[in-house]
Formats: sequence, C-alpha cells, structure tokens
Amino acid sequence: MHDLSHAFSLALQLAASGDPGLWQIVGLSLQVTLSAVAISTLLGLPVGALLALGRFPGRNALIVIFNAAMGLPPVVVGLVVYLLLSRSGPLGEFGILFTPKAMVIAQSILVFPIVTALSRQVIEDLWAEYSEQLRSLGSNAAKSIGTLLWDGRFSLVTVVLAGFGRAAAEVGAIIIVGGNIDGFTRTMTTAIALETSKGDLALALGLGFVLLMIVVLVNGAAWIARRAGERLAGA
Amino acid sequence: MRLLRLALAFTAILAVTVPASAQDKSIIVASTTSTENSGLFKYLLPIFKEKTGIDVKVVALGTGQALDVGRRGDADVVFVHAKPLEEKFVADGEGVARYEVMYNDFVVIGPKSDPAKIAGSKDVLEAFKKIAAAKASFISRGDKSGTHVAELKYWKEADIDPETGKGSWYKEIGQGMGAALNTASSSNSYVLSDRGTWISFKNRGDLKIVVEGDKRLFNQYGVMLVNPVKHPNVKKELGQTFIDWLVSPEGQKAIANYKIDGEQLFFPNATGKPST
Amino acid sequence: MRAPTTSLPLVLDRVGFSAGGVEILHDLSLRIEPGAPTIILGPNGAGKSVLLRLCHGLLSPSGGSIRAGNVAVSTERTALVFQRPVMLRRSVLANVAYGIVGKHARGRASALLERVGLSHLARRPARKLSGGEQQRVALARAWGRNPEILFLDEPTASLDPAATRAVEDIVGEIAAQGVKIVMATHDLGQARRLAGDVAFLHKGRLLEHTPAATFFDAPRTPQAAAFLRGELLT
Repeated sequence: MHDLSHAFSLALQLAASGDPGLWQIVGLSLQVTLSAVAISTLLGLPVGALLALGRFPGRNALIVIFNAAMGLPPVVVGLVVYLLLSRSGPLGEFGILFTPKAMVIAQSILVFPIVTALSRQVIEDLWAEYSEQLRSLGSNAAKSIGTLLWDGRFSLVTVVLAGFGRAAAEVGAIIIVGGNIDGFTRTMTTAIALETSKGDLALALGLGFVLLMIVVLVNGAAWIARRAGERLAGA
Repeated sequence: MRLLRLALAFTAILAVTVPASAQDKSIIVASTTSTENSGLFKYLLPIFKEKTGIDVKVVALGTGQALDVGRRGDADVVFVHAKPLEEKFVADGEGVARYEVMYNDFVVIGPKSDPAKIAGSKDVLEAFKKIAAAKASFISRGDKSGTHVAELKYWKEADIDPETGKGSWYKEIGQGMGAALNTASSSNSYVLSDRGTWISFKNRGDLKIVVEGDKRLFNQYGVMLVNPVKHPNVKKELGQTFIDWLVSPEGQKAIANYKIDGEQLFFPNATGKPST
Repeated sequence: MRAPTTSLPLVLDRVGFSAGGVEILHDLSLRIEPGAPTIILGPNGAGKSVLLRLCHGLLSPSGGSIRAGNVAVSTERTALVFQRPVMLRRSVLANVAYGIVGKHARGRASALLERVGLSHLARRPARKLSGGEQQRVALARAWGRNPEILFLDEPTASLDPAATRAVEDIVGEIAAQGVKIVMATHDLGQARRLAGDVAFLHKGRLLEHTPAATFFDAPRTPQAAAFLRGELLT
C-alpha cells in the first residue's frame, strides 16, 4: 500500500511540476492516440454502417472477422507493421519506421476493428427500429445512413471512447514500430515500460496515474459534451 | 455536429502533420538497453547535438535485435556490446567497420542470503559452478543480448550446460536487463548484469553484487555504421560524424565524465581506428 | 390547393400477400375513390396493417396488382402514420422537418406544429413526449409530406379519449384540405364518426365494401354483423 500511495503522490508532483519532458510525452501520446482514433472513426463508421445495412455475400464472415479483430494482439500488429515499414519491407521506401506516423498506423489497425464492429452493432439495432419509418418518410440509403449515424451519435461516442481506451493503454505495438526514442516516439505507455525495466517502479506507477488522469479527463469531457448535446438536441 | 466535424478535421490534420522527423539532420542509432537504461545517452546526446546540430534517435533493444534492425537497414548506426556478433556483422558486409568505444564490466548479482556461497569471489566461472551445484535460482536474459551472449560463454567455459537446469533453477525470461533484474529482485535469484544498468537500477530489494573484478567480466562496446551500399537510405555522413565523435578525445572524455552518485559507469578505450 | 390528384382512384386487383409461407391477404380487390375517409375495419389479425403498407409502397404484393391512379404506388405521393410511430432522437421540430424536402423545411415544420397545437414543444426531445403528443407529431410529419393519400394505422389504439379526440380533429382538418384519408381501426365509434365508406376485412379477405351508413345499418355478411355486435374477436 505504501508503494501505491507513494506512486500516487509522485504522480501529483509530476502533474504539478510542469516538467516539459513529461508534457512532451503526454502531448505525443494524445497526438498519436487521437490521430489513430480519428482515422479509425472516419473509416470505421462508414464500414460499420455498410455492414449493418448492406446485404452482400460474405457479410456474415466479415462481421465475424471484425468482431474477432477487436482482440488483435498488439505485439503481433506491431511486428507486422514493423516488417511492412522496415527498409527491407515492402513500404520501406517511405522511411516512416521509428516515427510517430508508424505508431499512428499501428494503433489505427488496432482501433479500426473496434470502431467498426461496435458501430455496426449500434447502427444495426437502430436500423431495426428506424427502417420502416425512414422509408415511409422518403429517406434514401445515403440519407438513412446519415440519420442513423446522427441519431446514434451518443452511443457512437461511447464506441469511439472504447477505441480511445484501447489506443491510450496500448504499448506492445507502438514500442516496436516507434522504437521508444527519447523525445521523439516516447509516449506515456512506452515510458512506463521503460521505467519499469529500469526498476523505478514508483516513477512507472506515477506515470501510470498521470495517464489514468488524462484518460479520465478525456472521458469526462466526452461525457459532459454528451449530456449537453442530449439536453440541446434531445435524444 | 459542426463541433464534431471540427474535432475530426483537427485530429485528421494532426495525423498528417505528425512530424516525420523533427529535423532533417537526424540519425537513428540501434543500441542496447544497457546503454539507454544507464542514462548514458541522455547525458551524451545533448553534448553531441550542441556541437554538430545532429539529432540522434536511439532505439534501445537487445544486442541481437539491434544488429537485426541494422541488418534490415532501419538504423544508420549500431552501438552494441557483443564482439563476436559485431565482427560477424561487419564480415557479412552489414556494417562498414567496427570501432571500439568503451567498456564497462559485468557483475554477478545475487541475494544477500547468498545460497551458493559465492559472495566476495573474483572468479566468475567458479561462481557459476557453485550456483549450478547448489541449484540456486538463476535468471537468464534469454534474449540474445550482449549480456546473454556473455552469460552463455561463462557457462560454457565453466563446462556446465544450463539447459539441464531449465524448469528448476535456471530461468530464461526472454526480456531486457531491467526486467531480468526485477525478476531476480522479486525471486531472490542470481543474475548477470552490466554494471551500468545495476548502478542506475532502483528496485534492488535484497540484491547486491556478489562477484566482480574478474577480467573475464570485461564488457566491450563497439559501434558500426550500417553499410550504405546495401541500404542507400543510410545517412553515412551524419552516422560517421557520430562515430567519429564517440571515438574522438572529446567524446571519450564525455563518456568518462558520466557518473551516477560519483561512480563512473563506462570506461573509454577507443583507439580511433577500426578494430578489424 | 394542388393539381388534381393522380394517385386516385387506388385500385387493388386480386392482391395476395404472404410472408414466411403464411398467407396474410388473399385475392383482395378494392377500389378506393377520392372523397370522404375510407375506414378499414376488422378484428385483430385481419390484415389491415399489411394492406396499408402495401398501398403505401412499403411492401410489394405477392400476387395481383395495385394501381394508384395513373402513377406508381410510392411513399412519395402517400404518407402513413404507424400505430406506434418512431420518434427520431431529435427535437419535435426536427422530426416534423425530417420528411420535408427543400430549404424551408423548418419553417413549414413550425407551421405544421402550430396546426397540431404543439408549437410550445417544438424544441423538446420528441421521445420525451406523451403518446398522444407523439401521435400528433407523427400526423404533422406525415402531413408535411404533402400526401395525396394519408394512411393511418390505428392511430388512436392506445390513447385516452381526450388524446383520441385531438387526433381525430387533426385528421378531420387534413381531410378538409382535400387529402384522401384511409384509416384502419377497430374502434367502431371512431369509424362512425369519420367514415365515408367502410371496407371490412376478416382473415385476409375483403368481405364488404359499402358506404358507411349501409355497413352500420345493414351489414351483408354474418361476420360483419358479429363484428358490429362486438362478438367477432379474431
């Protein structure tokens, strides 16, 4: 218990210190994670909607694949992306291994199936309720998808937050493709892994608490936005 | 909706503008966890950058992995500590030339209770024999790192096959130095460590140095430029500038000056010429 | 108000409909003319809801044909108010505006809300409204579609008398605008109040289609007579 309380007070000191090194790491973590979540959302919502509403051969197989891909092992994804981006790999010429871009790519691969699979479920449930009414009101496919995304927005925010949680907590993939380079690709989670390996468990835990605080802040902001939105738009 | 769109657009832009490289003048150095974890790079690199303006990005891995990153052309410079592997790297044409930079030494770490009764010994082979005879718990890196390679060499010279102890007293964890020390600390085991990592390691628990000072524990670090003929993307001028600086009197002095609690971690011994 | 309607008369010729191997409508021929509201009467399970969905274009017949005047049967020219209308997760105003095409959708929606007496709730979340209020939102929303025919599927089935009265008043007002009303109900009182003619459905077959007065005073089939006495439950 003493270790934990020590780590917690260390976390508060870290957060209060305004240490530029820490904020640089926090900033990069958010940048990488939010970029990956944004990309996954932009791709995952339309694909989720397509899977929810579309009727085509192989649809059920795709749904199963996306559901399963929510559990992709980060280390495996990291390794595959590493081999793809390596100078000796097929995408080596772009030279983005060991850069934040590589980390965004790896995390997008992890988050995209989560956003797709969960939004597919949300949209499919809503479609079951809405489909006849929307057709009666003359809504075509494109307008219906827009309607479902908009009317499902509060559930979909939760979907996106699930993706954010996965990305924010992830270390296995980004440490491989980012290289955990000090001041360049070091994020909260890779810094925690590093401090653990240096035996500085208190600092590692302290950083962990700081990460938790950030995740709570992001979720809190989303919650407030959701409540305000519900009150204004009425859901 | 407008806000949401704005947020999406904003993050999308971030994704595009995440810097591919903070500066053009930068190199990637594949190195070992021991040099990174000991804090040496945090000390050296700002001095080097001040002088040359070159950003050095260190990817810290086990020696085997670091050499592999070099072999794939993903680093410009490899800075590791496993002489036989390094020589093979150069002989295979993966690296241009090997320069010796510095050394530190390995130490055998063990619990204060010392079940194998080896504390104070200066003979690492004798100590390893006693550990095996006592079937005292031993943590091996098991990750093809420089430290792991050295450890296997000592077992061989002591004429012991640690494989026979697998599943009982000999435990391969397949992780970095820090993880090995953490495991040893929590299970009161013996472990071979480089001195630098040990000095900067904080979670010691009941561990202490039990064997040190054997000449065989000498741990040489070498640095190599990845072969730009094989990998045209290698920044050979910038990489060579870094290597030249490391082996220059100025770089050597900087290495000697790095201390934790007054204790010097690495001892420069560059000749300034390729070693092979 | 509008160019002469073209969706009328609505002519069903030997229409059959089955789903999952169950025959729901059988060999049904019916001609719906412009004029006073047509009331579809019949016990539960008679096929009233399916008949309305076929006429609205949400379902296609398995057999026979439906012709709407000289145009295709379509959700563009007709509107349907469901027994339990789905309120979108939006404001009352946005729900009404949803089905209206064009720039002035919100302005028109406001005017429609005024006419159904819900202006004061325009900004409220539609799903938080009472059943009667939701039904009036659905009427305004359907009205906004500018239908030539308005189908209503038991719109007052779960409402109290006051709410029922409000809905009937609005239906009357829509009818007065020249919109043909086709309403399914099993509420005999409502049928008497609104009907111009009555189509009586039983077990997927059309048993009678007569002027309202004829139906209520002198039903021709024993089933209709039993229904009027309250003795025909399915």
